[in-house]
Amino acid sequence: MCLAIPSRVIRIKDMIATIDVYGARRDISLLLMPDEVEIGDYVLVHAGFAIQKVQEEVARESLSLIKQVLEATEEELS
Amino acid sequence: MQRVVNKIRELIDSIGRPVRLMEVCGTHTVAIFRHGIRNLLPSGIKLLSGPGCPVCVTSIRDVETAIAISRIKGVILTTFGDMMRVPGNHKSLSEAKAEGSDIRIVYSPLDALKLAEKNRDKKIVFFATGFETTSPSVAGTIMQAGKEGIDNFYIYSVHKTVPPALRALLNSGEVKVEGFILPGHVSTIIGTRPYGFLASAYGKPSVVTGFDAGDILTGIMMLLEQIASGRAEVEIQYTKVVKEEGNPKAVAIMNEYFEPEDAVWRGLGTIPGSGLKLRENFRQRDIRSVIDLVVPEGKEPKACSCGDVLKGIKIPTDCVLFGKACTPEKPVGACMVSSEGSCAAYYKYEAISK
Repeated sequence: MCLAIPSRVIRIKDMIATIDVYGARRDISLLLMPDEVEIGDYVLVHAGFAIQKVQEEVARESLSLIKQVLEATEEELS
Repeated sequence: MQRVVNKIRELIDSIGRPVRLMEVCGTHTVAIFRHGIRNLLPSGIKLLSGPGCPVCVTSIRDVETAIAISRIKGVILTTFGDMMRVPGNHKSLSEAKAEGSDIRIVYSPLDALKLAEKNRDKKIVFFATGFETTSPSVAGTIMQAGKEGIDNFYIYSVHKTVPPALRALLNSGEVKVEGFILPGHVSTIIGTRPYGFLASAYGKPSVVTGFDAGDILTGIMMLLEQIASGRAEVEIQYTKVVKEEGNPKAVAIMNEYFEPEDAVWRGLGTIPGSGLKLRENFRQRDIRSVIDLVVPEGKEPKACSCGDVLKGIKIPTDCVLFGKACTPEKPVGACMVSSEGSCAAYYKYEAISK
């Protein structure tokens, strides 16, 4: 449940950012972010909120892992 | 990675006795199986799963209360999907929904808030489960509800915090672990300071660890280095994400809205100050203060070892129900329901391979 997904920010309007994960787009809140977020940054997203900035290469590494974990979870649910 | 495995072997040889470590977080439990970490480790290292699966530690009474809330006329109960199949005394949220309760799965508490905006004549209640990774998001949603003047949004908070649970585990004296693999994402929020007592008061090494195979092995290596040299400190392996101070803004928002209260953990009982309830000035958002509900004490299913598994006293295969009366398709205890529960992870990765 505490999984946080790294996502690329592609648009920002006030405290709402649009993120892109594997082509899927979502609006998330930047309310909890301690630092300024810019377009192109990668952020960790949990339950609709960005909680931390991460470096691009870290984001790419973790995404492949998270994909595996999510697949494992889906197999289990199906 | 081989270099790290070799170093782990050297360290365990130099320590000269078996070492028991606890991975606190359910996401680590899954990652450890997924990466086959146990097969890479020398036999002297035993990894035990801890109480870090929010779904698993939600008490039966809290599940029953959520079901009771969902039955109230004019209420839409919203929840993270993981909670749907958790058994209460008699049934789960999933079964309550089949019987007519309006229960909706949301990905974010903000989705529940949107639902409240669209359904002003209903009470939208969010079943607020989860650790410190999640509670700031719920606090942020209540903040948003206030800004937008959405008065029909409520929460039923069963949020829990990780450090008090670790303290309670150590105080119980039942748990024999020498070091903790601390959660990566909870620590992204709270940083390392709230764990300081593990080292200072209990002399237990602990390392905040990331989730890929290299991260986990390095975290284990760092714990063994501390044990071998007689040190006890809180260290961070997951430095690319976790900072010592955590995310101060998220912590401030969480603390603005929530205050600690005693909470009942499934299998572990009441742990002082380990829950979060809304502070007095936000009590109008707390469904417990709006609706009077009397829900009887929950009873743990007979023979279910979930409690001992969450404490690291038993491993899932020690339970008489495991894989027989209790399977992921028909779970008896919560540890088998959540994909991050130890029993579900053992069932999927261990029992099947044997």
